[in-house]
Amino acid sequence: MIARVTVYPRREILDPQGKAIRDALARVGFADVEEVRAGKSFEIRLGVEDRELALRQLREMCQKLLANLVVEDYAVEILNGERQ
Amino acid sequence: MKCGVVVFPGSNCDHDVYHVWKHVLQQEATFLWHQDETVKDCELVVLPGGFAYGDYLRAGALAALSPVMAAVKRHAAAGGLVLGVCNGFQVLLEAGLLPGAMRRNASQRFVCADVWLRVERDDLPFTRGLSAGQLLRMPVAHAEGNYEDSPQHLDVLEAANLVAFRYTSPAGDLDPAWNPNGAARAIAGICNPEGNVLGLMPHPERCAEEILGSTDGLAIFAGALDSLRTARAPRPERREWAGPEAEADANADLEAKAQVASR
Repeated sequence: MIARVTVYPRREILDPQGKAIRDALARVGFADVEEVRAGKSFEIRLGVEDRELALRQLREMCQKLLANLVVEDYAVEILNGERQ
Repeated sequence: MKCGVVVFPGSNCDHDVYHVWKHVLQQEATFLWHQDETVKDCELVVLPGGFAYGDYLRAGALAALSPVMAAVKRHAAAGGLVLGVCNGFQVLLEAGLLPGAMRRNASQRFVCADVWLRVERDDLPFTRGLSAGQLLRMPVAHAEGNYEDSPQHLDVLEAANLVAFRYTSPAGDLDPAWNPNGAARAIAGICNPEGNVLGLMPHPERCAEEILGSTDGLAIFAGALDSLRTARAPRPERREWAGPEAEADANADLEAKAQVASR
């Protein structure tokens, strides 16, 4: 199955990159943008059939490597076997 | 005294550190490859600046999982000296040898400049040649030196007195205008509770010789050398007071041992 892991700066932490992107979006006419948080996305193909096992492995990957929990949060999702 | 300089793919300050230890301080130095599984017989291990593993994922994140880092962790746990400079500091954070994390500079720019540092700890192996409150001028060159941790963790860090250096104005005052990267509480360098692991963003190896315009950084390496020498010298053993005669004999014995050790 294919999974997507998203890692982004923790809410309470100032994200200078996201702020710069928000300012740039405002400059090209999107004045309604209130906040941008810039993160990373990983598409992971897993040789695992069991959904719960896959989610557990993905969370562990985030905790061990993909995210730095001091400054980042993460989200994991299964993409129904199809690339999106 | 032997220093091992770790070389990751992408390290670029490794030769500078090697040069300071080998040619400026006239000591034995060697390189340790990231695939090495031991730190050999090195007494000081330095993680140099650069872009280990291309800074892929996060600065220091992949380097922290390399084989040599398992050996560096064992060396640190046994009380061995470990110094991380710039990218090396980021590796120490990712490896969990020091607390906290780095984010992109608040300015969103790579900063390459000389900064002022205030010495906060003068009792560490690396800082024993310095005085608390003393100001140092050192270069920084990084895009991710914006030190961060949760306010609670920062309070713990301060309470445990783990901040070794802070960015200040030329007068030694905390001033956001003189903080090059937005680091929380102007933190430029921290140590572990035992004091044998130190990480800092500025580059002491780039200011360790007159020809480079400053020798402010040399004290960090000289301090490590001095503490290694002291650690090697024999220490008096704890014993019961056995009278003045026995004391005189014991002192003579210690002196004889010290002479043997210094040969």
